[in-house]
Amino acid sequence: MISGAEIMVKCLEAEGVKIVFGYPGATICPFYDKLYDSSIKHILVRQEQNAAHMASGYARCSGRPGVCIATSGPGATNLITGIATAYADSVPMVAITGQVRSDLLGRDVFQEADITGACEPFVKHSYLVSKTEDLPRVFKEAFHIASTGRKGPVLIDIPMDIQQIEIEDFTYPDSVNIIGYKPNTKGHAVQVRRALETIKSSRRPLIVAGGGVLSSGIKPKFQAFADKTKIPVISTMMGIGVMPSDHEMYLGMLGTHGKVVANRALHDADLVIVCGARLGDRAVAAPHQMSENTTVIHIDIDPAEIGKNVKTEIPIVGDMKNVMNMMLDEIGDYVVPNQWQETIRTWKKDFLRVPPVFEGFVEPRMLVAHLSGMLRSKAILVADVGQNQIWCANNFRIRDGRFLTTGGMGTMGYSIPAAVGAKFARPTRDVVVVCGDGSFQMSMNELATIAGNGLAIKIIIMRNHRLGMVRELQDVNYDCRHSATILEGDPDFLKIAEAYGIDHAEASSNEEAERILQGVVKSDKPFILVCNVYPDTPSI
Amino acid sequence: MQYTLSILVENQAGVLSKISGLFSRRGFNIDSLAVGVTNRPDVSRITVVANGDEYVVEQLEKQLNKVIPVIKVKRLSEGEFISRELILIKVHCPASKRAEIIKTAEIMQAKIVDVAPSCVTVEYCECANRVNMLIELLKPYGIREIVRTGTVAIDKGTASVSV
Repeated sequence: MISGAEIMVKCLEAEGVKIVFGYPGATICPFYDKLYDSSIKHILVRQEQNAAHMASGYARCSGRPGVCIATSGPGATNLITGIATAYADSVPMVAITGQVRSDLLGRDVFQEADITGACEPFVKHSYLVSKTEDLPRVFKEAFHIASTGRKGPVLIDIPMDIQQIEIEDFTYPDSVNIIGYKPNTKGHAVQVRRALETIKSSRRPLIVAGGGVLSSGIKPKFQAFADKTKIPVISTMMGIGVMPSDHEMYLGMLGTHGKVVANRALHDADLVIVCGARLGDRAVAAPHQMSENTTVIHIDIDPAEIGKNVKTEIPIVGDMKNVMNMMLDEIGDYVVPNQWQETIRTWKKDFLRVPPVFEGFVEPRMLVAHLSGMLRSKAILVADVGQNQIWCANNFRIRDGRFLTTGGMGTMGYSIPAAVGAKFARPTRDVVVVCGDGSFQMSMNELATIAGNGLAIKIIIMRNHRLGMVRELQDVNYDCRHSATILEGDPDFLKIAEAYGIDHAEASSNEEAERILQGVVKSDKPFILVCNVYPDTPSI
Repeated sequence: MQYTLSILVENQAGVLSKISGLFSRRGFNIDSLAVGVTNRPDVSRITVVANGDEYVVEQLEKQLNKVIPVIKVKRLSEGEFISRELILIKVHCPASKRAEIIKTAEIMQAKIVDVAPSCVTVEYCECANRVNMLIELLKPYGIREIVRTGTVAIDKGTASVSV
């Protein structure tokens, strides 16, 4: 005989899960009891939302679905923001929640919440398990759905009695058969050929790369395609890292907070090849204007994204991996016309500028720009949300590593837990967090997780005593009325670091900050650097 | 533009709320919705009548297709399908008006299914337009109550929506 809880653990083992992030509670106790005997590593977080963000960071760096666990009621509802973030950012995740006993469902008992109902708009799919016998199929399907097609979170809600009931035996299914879920990953050959013909006859083509290029694992081939054809590349925020920042044909991030040169290229291009991006409002503010004089090829695994925001002449539904392989095979010796190449090179030079430095402060954009040089090439930079995100997106010189941030949902407090997940996925890589003093305080409780697990994560806090990005909005749109954007009563972050036993320092100039970082970035211990930033430093 | 969508779904708990939630969440208005099991006990068919322009319908079809228990979505072509609604109308009907109301029902090929001293109940199964027409005809007598199902629809000829 085998209990539902034991089956849950065996399912995770069968999926090759090595690590889970969670927080226990009464209704998930049967599972936690069996997990105790398993080789699966459990990371105890300090708040459930961060378990979901850790699973997200882990998934994005390992390429495998991240797993987070919470109990029923408040444990489950705390997960929601993390699940919604993973959904907006298309990150594969399996969230497991305990639920009150089946016979009590719907009676509003202690710690009961309709979590499958509450998560409906933010999950790719969800299950409320009603029979212990269903568990193996449900787990198999959940991992399959989370990690195929357009990736995303799947929720499994399991009442306590379902975990306790014992059944005869356990077999994990080899395959899934979900009649309504057969994502088209292949890419239509005729459409790809049409796209290639259009590329070959274009004069000023441009690639817009999104997170899909990274999540399909096709980055090397993608770079080979861009290198071979010399087609200039710009990226969305989620796509940062598809090309090294210093590549001659890479122009940076597009959009309202992006690089002028990237937006200019988008404006002047006669053909735009959108690769695994949904072109949300922050990327292209006026999509209808874009398509007036431009031909659009849109490659995406999610057919619902094609034509949603930008009018598309040549849609290609498929995994970037398959489509890019076909394109690379068939592009022949096409190279972008010299004139367009020259234009791009000139622009790239023209738009280089150095921000002003204020005495007694760290210039955050300069520091981020110099950060890459101190790190190994595969370093992972995790940015939070706010001005710090834009400083990082536009100035970090990425090489062969990852840039993690939540471009879709924009959830403050993402960086610290996501970095924890990233470090567990890639323990030998440098992992650096850049956050603001606002976002730091949204998840600084996870310093305990960092310290407790001895994770060598370096946290750079850009302290300006402001909610800088909202304040900028107020300056522009609300007549400089700074309603609720001054952070009063901030604690001494150095003492916070001290309390957690984490090494720390403070810097008030770039030289000082860089000197401190040089000494610690490669160490095997966590570190917190508090940088004093001039309060009116703009995002761009 | 009004359109009719036929949606085949896995017959499992919560599917209807997923579908109706998707409509409201994305700001699509439903005129009518009907659901029932098909010739396969594990498959249900949802018929939705809604309004919107071409962009809205296309988005809706794509979003519906993303819902995991949705097996197939088909937009039924204008004029190429049969549609029916069932309506029960309780009409105020003193003895003096009875013959008139029965005549009206006969002309429309509706049935009188219940009679009481001061009212009758009319049953009618037709397309939405004819159902509305009957309502208009009976209105002057005083309608006490209306119960109406959503539209169900099926392709004309050999065309079909199946798994």
